Amino acid sequence: MTAATTQQVMTINMGPQHPSTHGVLRLILEMDGETVVTATPQIGFLHRGVEKLAEHKTYHQFITLTDRLDYLAPMSNNLGYVLAVEKLLNIEAPKRSQYIRIILCELTRISSHLLWLATHALDIGAMTVFFYCFRERETLNDIFEMAAGARMNLSYVRIGGVARDLPDGFIEKVREFVNDFPARIRDYETLLTKNKIWLMRTKDVGVISAEDAINYGLSGPSIRGSGVKWDIRKSEPYSSYDEMDFIVPVGQTGDVYDRYNVRMEEMRQSNEIVRQAMDTIPKGEYITDIPDVAMPQKENLKKSMEALIHHFKIVTEGICPPVGEVYACVEAPKGELGYYVVSDGTKNPYRIKIRPPSFVNLEGLQKMIEGRLLADVVAVIGSLDIVLGEIDR
Amino acid sequence: MADVSTIGKKLKQKFPQAVTKVKTFRGELTISIDKDYIGRVARFLHSDKATDFDYLSDLCGVDKSRLDSSDTFEVVYHLYSLKQNHRVRLKVEIPASNPSIDTVTNVWKTADWHEREAYDMYGIIFEGHPNLERILTPEGFEGYPLRKDYPLKGRQPNSLREVYRKGEE
Amino acid sequence: MGLEAVFGDTILTTQIDKVVNWGRKNALWPMPFGLACCAIEMMSTVAPRYDLARFGAEVFRFSPRQSDLMIVAGTVTYKMAAVTKKIYDQMPEPKWVIAMGACASSGGIFDTYATVQGVEEIIPVDVYLPGCPPRPEALIHAVMEIQKKIDTESVIDE
Ligand code: SF4
Repeated sequence: MTAATTQQVMTINMGPQHPSTHGVLRLILEMDGETVVTATPQIGFLHRGVEKLAEHKTYHQFITLTDRLDYLAPMSNNLGYVLAVEKLLNIEAPKRSQYIRIILCELTRISSHLLWLATHALDIGAMTVFFYCFRERETLNDIFEMAAGARMNLSYVRIGGVARDLPDGFIEKVREFVNDFPARIRDYETLLTKNKIWLMRTKDVGVISAEDAINYGLSGPSIRGSGVKWDIRKSEPYSSYDEMDFIVPVGQTGDVYDRYNVRMEEMRQSNEIVRQAMDTIPKGEYITDIPDVAMPQKENLKKSMEALIHHFKIVTEGICPPVGEVYACVEAPKGELGYYVVSDGTKNPYRIKIRPPSFVNLEGLQKMIEGRLLADVVAVIGSLDIVLGEIDR
Repeated sequence: MADVSTIGKKLKQKFPQAVTKVKTFRGELTISIDKDYIGRVARFLHSDKATDFDYLSDLCGVDKSRLDSSDTFEVVYHLYSLKQNHRVRLKVEIPASNPSIDTVTNVWKTADWHEREAYDMYGIIFEGHPNLERILTPEGFEGYPLRKDYPLKGRQPNSLREVYRKGEE
Repeated sequence: MGLEAVFGDTILTTQIDKVVNWGRKNALWPMPFGLACCAIEMMSTVAPRYDLARFGAEVFRFSPRQSDLMIVAGTVTYKMAAVTKKIYDQMPEPKWVIAMGACASSGGIFDTYATVQGVEEIIPVDVYLPGCPPRPEALIHAVMEIQKKIDTESVIDE
């Protein structure tokens, strides 16, 4: 019996507790046999009310909440938000801290892409990659722990700089990783890139044209897979990214395989950016010395009474940026991550709107899987690299 | 980044009644648009070769009631042009008593979920939206959580919470 | 198990307790209820470095009907609450629950309109695991606490 003769549409529920939906995504699939007629994502199962909570926090307190949006790339979230506040305050972080931010942001990009690769491959059936990727992730977690004191959810960026300077031995440890990593990527690629099964599951699956990708608002590797060469690090450089030399990889057809290739190349590029940033990192302050807005350096707290007072005031009362509104965006591992911050001049933000890349990328899912097979759904979701924490907020 | 200051002037020429205010803050251009014109303005900015705003970055609501005690909502659009590499912010004020505005889903498909979210959080009705339903909050949720009069710890009525806990049969 | 009806609290049943508990505690089949950030640390716990297999609990089953230990890793929202309950109900007895992380234990930093303030509002919890997120070592510790708890249980009580 072919599907065309029966014309029976069956509704299938997938999720929210399903290993391949990467969290708590739910899909309502209308199936005609094995073919997907429509796919309706249902989200909100992790809606925690972050934007509401933001209105009741001080500007500094909200940094910790940003970690928990895209918990695979906490640094990018910290940075996006802090850049918005810095824009509002009209200040700039010192050069050294900008470089520290680059190093850690690119490392989180690698870490996030590694988790994507691990789960994406696992969904499609390649178990080994999962173990390899997690091995590297553990090294990265050690590195993060050295700098910020936590394996995940770093909260390392501060308004006007970073929380503390890089510890001794950090650069050496990162250098070791950076030197090793290209060989590791080659390992993954030997397992997947020319693997027959992998090619069959990913080539020409989940295609989206460049035009559609723009109209659906896709960003990050998901839009670059369709051949749109757009990377915010290049187009609107922030945090000294204009001093880094890297290329923006793009795909051609916009299928799962292209998005896979783009991310693999991005890991290589990020690795090189980290290397460059380490080689050229300038000496100097790691946080600005503007007493009313930036936390004083930790070492000064023990020596200077003023520093202690400023610290106390910032922590207990918070800071009051001028009235106004700004939008700042960064290239997070998943795409354009924007923060729209409205200030009414008090210590609490009046409104914070987060523009999460995954939220918008997921919208394109419907377009990509209509008319495809059920098994492709898993591959396409994986290739979008969604994180429910930032989709639902 | 291209110079965006001309966009305001251009828009004023094209739709003299539509533009109510043009403002630049921290290098970001904000254009306030009259409610009735948003559909036309959006289509113009999208199709005009010089502005070429092919990409809608973000769309969100803001409850202004505590900002200037005006009892209005605002719908904020962040537009970006991939080709021209410039950004602009459009703002439309709508009365809180009758929060409705034309949809822009026919210009940018991505607006679909953004508008649903604004509806979910503020109760803003987008006229002509293909499927205006709650998106983040659970079915049967009462109230609009991001409005300023909604309490942070606003709990749902007990009957509803029981349903959430036990699961509908 | 029906044994106690025949034998009562005798030497035979206490010895059976030992055998059964030994089996249960060394072959926990967790049901990874990964909701948010904590789920990533849960994955790290099964991954090579921490290797939960050393404690006999590496067989993650995404089907509740095959598992006996539910690890609630992440924030439970009201929208998710009904699902949580349903999945718990689908697990066969005997079953245990670990509330992993501040969110699952108490709502964590999300004291808002949308978040359940601790998963114990919905299902009974055996071990609370603090941390945001808890380290993999901590999760292993929680699993060991469950094992200790299993040791004290008896087939007669069931
Ligand atoms: S406890 Fe912390 S890490 Fe765990 S889910 Fe909650 S916010 Fe995320």
